[in-house]
Amino acid sequence: MSDHDQQNTTSSTETRVAAVLGQFESAGALKTAAEKVRDEGYRKWDSHSPFPIHGMERAMGIRPTILPWLVFGAGVTGAIVAMLLQWWTNAVDYPFLISGKPYFSVPANIPIAFELIILFSALTAFGGALVLNQLPQFRHPVFESEAFRRATSDGFFISIEAADSRFNEQKTVAFLESIGAKVDVCRVAAQKPAIPKAIPWAIVFLVTLAFLPPLGVAWYRASTKRLPRIHPLHDMAFQPKYKAQAENDLFADHRSMRPPVAGTIAQGQLMLDTKFFQGKDDDGNYVTELPLPVDRGLMMRGRERFNIYCAPCHGLSGGMPEGLGEGGDPKDWDGMVTIRASARALTGDGTWTPPRVLHGKYVQDQPDGKLFETITAGVNNQGIQTMPGYDKQIPVKDRWAIILYLRALGRSQNASEADVPETERAAPAN
Amino acid sequence: MSSGAITANDNTVSDPRHRASLVTGQQDYASITDTVCGIAEKEKTPLAWYVAFAVSSSVTGILFLLIGYLFITGVGVWGNNAPVFWGWPIVNFVFWVGIGHAGTLISAILFLFRQQWRTSINRFAEAMTIFAVACAGIFPGIHVGRVWCVYWLAPYPNQMEMWPNFRSPLLWDVFAVSTYATVSALFWYFGMIPDLATLRDRAKNKWRRLAYGTFALGWRGSARQWHRYERAYLLLAALATPLVLSVHSVVSFDFAVAQVPGWHTTIFPPYFVAGAIFSGFAMVVTLMVPARAFFGLKDLVTMRHLENMNKIILATSCIVGYAYATEFFIAWYSGSQYELFAFLNRALGPYKWAYWTMVFCNVVVPHLFWFKKCRTTPWIMMIVAILVNVGMWFERFVIIVTSLSRDFLPSSWGEFVPTPIDVAMFLGSFGLFFTLFLLFCRYLPMVAMAEVKAAVSHDIEGHGHH
Repeated sequence: MSDHDQQNTTSSTETRVAAVLGQFESAGALKTAAEKVRDEGYRKWDSHSPFPIHGMERAMGIRPTILPWLVFGAGVTGAIVAMLLQWWTNAVDYPFLISGKPYFSVPANIPIAFELIILFSALTAFGGALVLNQLPQFRHPVFESEAFRRATSDGFFISIEAADSRFNEQKTVAFLESIGAKVDVCRVAAQKPAIPKAIPWAIVFLVTLAFLPPLGVAWYRASTKRLPRIHPLHDMAFQPKYKAQAENDLFADHRSMRPPVAGTIAQGQLMLDTKFFQGKDDDGNYVTELPLPVDRGLMMRGRERFNIYCAPCHGLSGGMPEGLGEGGDPKDWDGMVTIRASARALTGDGTWTPPRVLHGKYVQDQPDGKLFETITAGVNNQGIQTMPGYDKQIPVKDRWAIILYLRALGRSQNASEADVPETERAAPAN
Repeated sequence: MSSGAITANDNTVSDPRHRASLVTGQQDYASITDTVCGIAEKEKTPLAWYVAFAVSSSVTGILFLLIGYLFITGVGVWGNNAPVFWGWPIVNFVFWVGIGHAGTLISAILFLFRQQWRTSINRFAEAMTIFAVACAGIFPGIHVGRVWCVYWLAPYPNQMEMWPNFRSPLLWDVFAVSTYATVSALFWYFGMIPDLATLRDRAKNKWRRLAYGTFALGWRGSARQWHRYERAYLLLAALATPLVLSVHSVVSFDFAVAQVPGWHTTIFPPYFVAGAIFSGFAMVVTLMVPARAFFGLKDLVTMRHLENMNKIILATSCIVGYAYATEFFIAWYSGSQYELFAFLNRALGPYKWAYWTMVFCNVVVPHLFWFKKCRTTPWIMMIVAILVNVGMWFERFVIIVTSLSRDFLPSSWGEFVPTPIDVAMFLGSFGLFFTLFLLFCRYLPMVAMAEVKAAVSHDIEGHGHH
């Protein structure tokens, strides 16, 4: 146990030589010395000065950096990215015409291309210089020397690293002294100092914390909420006013939308002509004549509307002919609901009410006003609505047109031979 | 450590037999380090700094409170209304972004021209650039109305399946200003790395060492590092030079591409760039004169530096004055009655007071700099520089407000009246600018030490070594 402890202490204080530093008097002296170190054949060495010294690259034999080529590449990339971005977004993915300008035109796209060339190049020049210089690098043997602190103020140094194949502590120190340097030896811990345990745990903790906000957002988006969504910023959708359907405590009924004053009539809904709008005269009797001029156009309109609204139940002819109901073939009957109701009635399930036969006596004997009321309100048979009202679907004038056509159906379906003009009659079959 | 030293005291005399000394006083490498680092290392912050900081940070606080008020209430808090929908916020934006041109200009263009005198003032001017661009960026950002949707300016794939309109100068502006802010910040920080390492190596306590050390990235000043560093710096300067010229050109497109009389002119890009340099140098002088006196930098930022900047102010003032005259000539020569009316209305209409303030400050006053006495007397140059900044603010006001208030349709003509919020926000932006500036002066190296040392190493070491 104690042995183990002792080993730890010795190893943590054990140091090795990592570099030797030679300090020189001036920038000129440093340059002369650098030439000698270069000629001696050292490879892992460097000179340090508070400012760049003119001609030092040549003195040290430093080859030109590739940085300008990287920056050139970045500039070309910036130009290509800018042109593709502008062409794809404004001419392909979301083309919209503005001020009659073309979707894609080089002159309009030059400013952005120029800016991106500069931006990409500058970021590369900055980042490239740091990467090539291996910065940031907070630990380096030369920082172990107290004297080296002057390298950024007024000190001129040459450092030769122990990693160099020609490095030998005594010989290198002697060499540096021979070229006029004041020598300092940089020692670093033999083993890299261990990272304190708290640091990895702190990183794990922070990374975990960083996941919480996106997780919260994801959870909120995925779950169902009973309350309206939160609007941190109200934009124009929220204004200080009452909206229809909203609650309003200013009124006893708490409705913000006010009902119209009793007796209010909307524009175009006065409807004083009771014959036309209700099918009744002033005394409440059904009208017996159409309250509008009759012509061929109205008849054609009536047939068209009838075939749309009435025929689905009542059939194109107004219902099945008298007597066909018993024992006939349902396929010959007219009107889909008529067919279905009759077919069900044949099988003993009489729950469907078959529609009235419109050319039958029951209907045809009713006054026009009564028929108008039936189309408008439908038929209510002892509490069961057997026909719905069509006032919402069929405008008033069209209802009268349908009634006109109904009368024509009544004539045609109950026609006798006498109704056919003499010249048109065929010879009797028998 | 040096084999010699500089001992010049007055470097404003032009003697063709000798090159004027870049710095004055008894200087060697260590004294340059001590002078510059001494400001950031001072144990006790000067009381005057605290007072200035308290004032400027309070004004900044007012700016941000007003921005909050604007967000809650809407853009109606400003005087912007039909027909002048671009009021003070855009005036302020162009004003600040113009000021933000001097830093990069000094750093990049003078660097490419091998003007070594720039080394004493470039850090300072670059910092000013970045803080001015920060102030500039706020105004169009909060001017969009629904500021929480400001990210719609960026081309990103979204659920609306829409893309921004790349044919609009307003979007070019977004790219130009954000690229400029990014590149100038990079340029500033990159140039500061060796000086941050100096502060790191001189740090007396652990926390300072940690803070400066983190941002110095482990810089060792090695020749191999310097080689790539210098190459990268040259490249950044070469990139920033066309960039700085493009930014105000693009800002001017916001106006020139529109069809409003008084805006729709081809002279705008060069005229805006010259105006930007003009106002930027004036702002550098305004800040530099008190700062060099207060922080004891008179030997590094010498009278010759100030004189050179004043010469540039004079030159750009002449360009700006020429541009004003050209605008009138073209308005007449174009034969367009709307164009001619717009310019006559500027000089003789309801905003003539603003127009003639602009002409007085920008065209008349800078001619004082023909006299060497005015170029080398701090209080005179301060007054001229401040007046130039006033004039340049009025220039943007004149361009924006007079043009919009007299549109094509006389039935919608109207005058612009700023609200107190407009005024307070503009003053607040100065608060932000000075707050950032005071922090910079207190904690960062105000002069590019490594560059100054390199520039004067010839003089310090004598010529024998080369």
